[in-house]
Amino acid sequence: MNKEELKAHALNVRRNVVTMVYDAQSGHPGGSLGAADIMTYLYMNEMDINADNVNGIDRDRFVLSKGHTSPVLYAVLNEKGILNEDIHTFRQLGSNLQGHPNMNYVAGVDMSTGSLGQGVSTAVGMAIANKMDGNDHRVYALVGDGESEEGLVWEAMMAAAHYNLDNLCIIFDLNGLQIDGKIETVMNPLPLDKKAAAFGHHVVVIDGHDFDQIEKAFEEARKTKGKPTTIIAHTVKGKGVSFMENNAAWHGSAPNAEQYAMAMEELKEVK
Amino acid sequence: MAQETRNAYGEKLAQLIVENPNIVVLDADLTKSTKTAEAKKACPERHLNAGIAEANMMGMAAGLAASGKTVFASSFAIFAAGRAFEIIRNSICYPHLNVKVCATHAGLSVGEDGASHQSIEDVAIMRALPNMRVYVPCDQYEAKAVIEHVANNDGPCYVRLGRGKVEDVYQEGHVFDFSKVDVLHQGSGKVVLFAMGLMVQEAIKAQKALLEKGIDATVVNVSCLKPLDEKGIEKLLSSHSLAFTLEEHNVIGGLYSAVSEVKGYTSVTTPIVPIGVYDTFGESGKAADVLKKYGLTAENVVNKVLEKI
Repeated sequence: MNKEELKAHALNVRRNVVTMVYDAQSGHPGGSLGAADIMTYLYMNEMDINADNVNGIDRDRFVLSKGHTSPVLYAVLNEKGILNEDIHTFRQLGSNLQGHPNMNYVAGVDMSTGSLGQGVSTAVGMAIANKMDGNDHRVYALVGDGESEEGLVWEAMMAAAHYNLDNLCIIFDLNGLQIDGKIETVMNPLPLDKKAAAFGHHVVVIDGHDFDQIEKAFEEARKTKGKPTTIIAHTVKGKGVSFMENNAAWHGSAPNAEQYAMAMEELKEVK
Repeated sequence: MAQETRNAYGEKLAQLIVENPNIVVLDADLTKSTKTAEAKKACPERHLNAGIAEANMMGMAAGLAASGKTVFASSFAIFAAGRAFEIIRNSICYPHLNVKVCATHAGLSVGEDGASHQSIEDVAIMRALPNMRVYVPCDQYEAKAVIEHVANNDGPCYVRLGRGKVEDVYQEGHVFDFSKVDVLHQGSGKVVLFAMGLMVQEAIKAQKALLEKGIDATVVNVSCLKPLDEKGIEKLLSSHSLAFTLEEHNVIGGLYSAVSEVKGYTSVTTPIVPIGVYDTFGESGKAADVLKKYGLTAENVVNKVLEKI
């Protein structure tokens, strides 16, 4: 898929993210919008996953360790044509689209996540299983920068290097904000690149909104043998909706009708 | 004969890991203590050390199980059920993954290590988790049967194992049915002793001592705390006039709670007397001395029965 097509899909993803959170009047738009480009690239160009193989595990898998950004996962699965759910039911009683994703409810959700730090740890287990089974499937995990304040993330990072998991690619979504404000102010987890390198990972630092850089990073990850790759992706929380950008207040709050209309106007066409 | 239930676990697991190519064993730097070292010896490529990182061990277990593996994850009960609790909850129980948490060194019988290592709340914590099944085998034969049972049944399980040697209750070849409580001795209908883990042996000893005093107590081994044989317990409660629960565990959330819950659900009125750890931390000492100090002996059971009857 070329860059223009990726951009068009990412735009749809963002529109659906905002719509889901608006419909539910609940959810996490900021981090979902920020991760939209990386997620779009992963599902459209990088991962071996499609409507035919989605129900098994004989394919690449993805763990949304920052599970609160479930709207971006649901929206990308929808864009890929593998979501069998009505996105307008997100976070509503009886819906399979839980606030935080459940692997048993939604085809294409590879791990139930939501409690921070755990997803990346489970991704390590999946990558080990792939090694044991001698298959070439890859495992990807998206981790929040605030999430990296959880000690479990680093236990998992240590284990990933210890078991030489070159089939595992961890992406840190570095948007610099968490619920209570700037990550440096709340509890500084930086520098993530040096920390990941010190833990034995191959590290690539990119602009998480530049599809060329995203492509190169995943290529580099695939070519790197003997150790896991960690991609540090600089992103803008709320990317695409001007009033949500770089504003921690939009971590976990829903737009009102007027704000929704403004957001959808801004997300009308690829810029 | 006397044997540690953790030894029985190690032996059984070493056998199963060879028989079943789907089994993966995880440990957190305690392979010699939990006895998973036996499985490692038998099949090193499917035994993984998570290091001193129990939370990550449970996360890895979840990921392996999500990849179709039958995973055994072991540490001391305090770290498995305690430190890693929320990973067990959210990454194993919630997605109903096939992980068997086999926790050793449970209860006061850890002995010398003291209160920090004496898990008295693990059954309570694990019992409260949806999708989790909870087993407390009382001797080596039952421990082996439990391990085989959980290996062959899909979904999350918690198995509570002990550090010290315990006398055999059963014999080689005994066929276990974990869907039912096991009446080891049917008494006169006056007193019933429900016991779990190493308190089963104490219940048997107490039964013999009580018989000499003219009281023929019924002895029941409750090794599957969840799903609980509620019908069996209800029947036993209603057919006796006084019940006791015997557990090497806090009386809050363990066997006493489980049996009392059955009473609460039904119209049974039989009084239930708890014998266990009364919401207090343990302490260092030889296992037998600690158990004695905290009243977890046949002698104390006999005294309690005589006092309450």
